[in-house]
Amino acid sequence: MSGWLAAARAVGVETASRHAKDVDAAARFPSESFAALKAARLLGIMVPASEGGDGAGIAEVVSICHALGQYCASTAMIYAMHQIQVSCLVRHGAGSDWHRGFMRRVADEQLLLASATSEAGVGGDVRSSICAIEEVDGRFSLAKQATVISYGADSDAIMVTARRTPASPASDQVIVVVPKSDCVLDGQSDWDTLGMRGTCSNGYHLKATGEIAQIIPKPYADVSAQTMLPTSHLVWSALWSGIATDAVARARAFVRAEARKKGGAPASAWRLAEAASLLQLMKSNVVAALRQYEAALGSEDRLSALSFAVAMNNLKTGSSQMAVQVINHALLICGLSGYRNDTPFSLGRHLRDAHSAALMVNNDRILANTGNLLMALREDPELLP
Amino acid sequence: MSSAVQARVRAVFKGTDFLQADVDSLADDSDLYAAGLNSHATVNLMLALEEAFDVELPDRLLRRRTFSSINAIAEALVEIGVKEDAT
Repeated sequence: MSGWLAAARAVGVETASRHAKDVDAAARFPSESFAALKAARLLGIMVPASEGGDGAGIAEVVSICHALGQYCASTAMIYAMHQIQVSCLVRHGAGSDWHRGFMRRVADEQLLLASATSEAGVGGDVRSSICAIEEVDGRFSLAKQATVISYGADSDAIMVTARRTPASPASDQVIVVVPKSDCVLDGQSDWDTLGMRGTCSNGYHLKATGEIAQIIPKPYADVSAQTMLPTSHLVWSALWSGIATDAVARARAFVRAEARKKGGAPASAWRLAEAASLLQLMKSNVVAALRQYEAALGSEDRLSALSFAVAMNNLKTGSSQMAVQVINHALLICGLSGYRNDTPFSLGRHLRDAHSAALMVNNDRILANTGNLLMALREDPELLP
Repeated sequence: MSSAVQARVRAVFKGTDFLQADVDSLADDSDLYAAGLNSHATVNLMLALEEAFDVELPDRLLRRRTFSSINAIAEALVEIGVKEDAT
């Protein structure tokens, strides 16, 4: 286990799990977890060593998300979303002085990065923007009706998508790094949801100004295809597997306790095998996609291939559905002990949190997009990559 | 490279909504993504190109760069055997 993973697990055991119930009940930011993650210096690990970070790879971050998901899904999701932004910054900002300076701040000050990609009026399509960068004398201004900015209130900076210019088509987007000191957030909606309540994904009217240099030089289309899409689906799927892992652990503990009490396996034990098998599929999916991403990392062509997008989309839609299935099995195993909110086998929060997985970038949208891409592709007849 | 292939590529765009700009207003090396080509339209463009040129684009060419300009598309078509002097 890497030192980072061990440190993250310690935060999970000692802090995140202790406050998870209250974070969920109050729908509040998991401030204790993030104080601990910052104290363990886990927010800047992906920043390259040349800019004061640790140069950790995506595999370390994926395994940390999986670990945190076992203790507090909101903490894991916020950590995952932060690292998605950091990976975009690190992979596409390396050629820019401003972004290298900002990476240094992320590592030194353990800044928490949020994102504002969703916008009112685009029908949930994050690859389209209405708002645009307005440039005057080397500075920009930007106003966005952001339908959600997860943990916007508790973040230190926000990465915002917008059309390149007011004359650009909706799909010609850029992404700009906006430190919180350069923007005004006017709250538009609260976050009182079924699950993932601690992510505090409120809606805001965002107004920002800054230097043109804060815009990531690459088109957002490239940033999205090569980094944001694969990293999102990897870190999300990892943390959903983490939620499912804890659900199976609770089910296993329940079966063991019943077996001890009654001197043999309870009737529901076969279902544990079913749950464990699904969980194994989930983990294998994450690991295989992680290896595929790592193998493609050196090549822009491989990262922007349609077949790569299909593989990452499939990871997301598959993992999000399997998480709920695994937890359903665990719930049937634990019965009323799992359904109650006050036992060591409680699974209500797991199930509610996991139901967000199919909705955050709606599976129906992703499946329609994948179906469209599949028209262009032929089946890969090989088993091994 | 012959401009004949480019001209035939341009014809594929006629009467479609793949771009937000009129294809006649673009140069052969203009960025089609800046002209509004999105990922959904890219697939439809690919299918239209396969139909018009009676070819199959192999998976290795199904990447963003292949569709980035009229020149890039023509280059890919020539690479898979479309004749530069064909009309």
